[in-house]
Amino acid sequence: MSSFIIGSLIVMAVLAMLLGIVLAVASKVFHVDVDPRIEQVDELLPGANCGGCGLAGCAAAAEKIVAGDAAPSICPVCGDDARAEIYELLGMSSEETEPHIARMLCGGGTGCKDKEEYHGVEDCRAAVLIQEGPKACHFACVGLSSCVEACPFEAIFIGDDGLPHVIEERCTACGACERVCPRGVIAVMPAKRTVWVKCQSHDKGKVVNKICKTGCIACRRCEKECPVDAIHVIDNLAVIDYEKCILCGKCAKVCPKNTIVDLRARRRAEKKAKEAEAAGKPA
Amino acid sequence: MNLQLILQIAILNLFVQNFVVQRFLGLCPFIGQSDDKHKAIGMGIAVTFVMTMASFVTYLLYAYFLVPDSWFLRTVFGPGAGITEAGLLDVLVTVSYILVIASLVQFVEMFLRRFVPTLYRAMGIYLALITTNCAVMGVALLNTTDAPQDLGLTGAVLQGVFAGLGFTLVMLLMAGIRERLEYLNVPPCFKGAPIAFLCTGLMALAFLGFAGMAGLG
Repeated sequence: MSSFIIGSLIVMAVLAMLLGIVLAVASKVFHVDVDPRIEQVDELLPGANCGGCGLAGCAAAAEKIVAGDAAPSICPVCGDDARAEIYELLGMSSEETEPHIARMLCGGGTGCKDKEEYHGVEDCRAAVLIQEGPKACHFACVGLSSCVEACPFEAIFIGDDGLPHVIEERCTACGACERVCPRGVIAVMPAKRTVWVKCQSHDKGKVVNKICKTGCIACRRCEKECPVDAIHVIDNLAVIDYEKCILCGKCAKVCPKNTIVDLRARRRAEKKAKEAEAAGKPA
Repeated sequence: MNLQLILQIAILNLFVQNFVVQRFLGLCPFIGQSDDKHKAIGMGIAVTFVMTMASFVTYLLYAYFLVPDSWFLRTVFGPGAGITEAGLLDVLVTVSYILVIASLVQFVEMFLRRFVPTLYRAMGIYLALITTNCAVMGVALLNTTDAPQDLGLTGAVLQGVFAGLGFTLVMLLMAGIRERLEYLNVPPCFKGAPIAFLCTGLMALAFLGFAGMAGLG
């Protein structure tokens, strides 16, 4: 019996030694120098692997940041504290980066007419391949929730108006929705831009007026109202130049189709409505 | 080793007794890595390499160390000793084979990390999991203790190569199917692995058509 134990031990010892030597040699031959800072930066990154930076996950981003090919600000999800720590780790000076957020650039939804019924795959990318999509407007949101599915943070939902809505507290500006949208009607932009044009249609005003309740009809009233000459109708669509824009919201006020959103005005109105409700209740 | 035998081993392992769809071995990496053609090819090549090397090493281990009356036992314990008569197969087959396979996987991992880092990252945990891939262990056992007749070293290595190629073939077929499945309106409860398993079952049925080919069974 003991000879079995001894025999087994010898066989395993010899085998283990041989394989150990092979692996030891291999680890020298195939040695990869890894910068220890890469791991440290990787730990500071969120680790959600959302792809918001456009790279294949946080590990790839960490590698690029350490190599100096990318600034730590490429990570849109990272908090300011973590970002500051990364800057410190790499001995770079910290710079303020402004928070971004995903915003809808189409206000059509149920207010935008359907030109046909669509019974295919429930995916915007598939839908737009057939006859430019089911919506009468060829620039409009199709509303088949590709962005909702793409969002890794469940920050987008389809509202009653048939349009995707972004839950601001959850949005990390990773850009997954922007990349998946075949129409480009959801985009990541600086959160401080509280005034924006919620239309992408370059159709003539007459056409837009017929098919959409909220589309830009290129009436140029915003252009005339703007005190700083920041909004212009280019190719039948109002475009804001954010270099000049002071976010006064005057354009939103005069827009006959409510195409331009003024978030601050909307919030003020909501607050007022709430106060009125609160005041109205006890009475 | 004549040409006919080589062809027989090739057809047997590629089609008739394909490791994935006929022997149902190595289903974990098969399902896990077959959603993308590049990953499937990478996984297939890695598994083929590990299978080939494992076949080679385990056959030597088997023939010179573990079988009754082997070279090792005769030299160490002398002919006619109890252990020489009985051999070490019952005791050591599993543990020593696993050791060999694990080391080979480690080797492949280091190699890929050095030379193909993108593939290394894409494969992630599945690379390390080749260690516990039953197809690799399966080919080692089928070459040695479970072989219908003694294959010899060349036969064992050939079986390893073609078993790996058979695995790669089915991986690629599956990757092609799954890339198309992505765009189909699959009922939500079948999305992902379930529909992949259904397709694998159908593929296995199709592969049954090869049964009896070249007088093999």
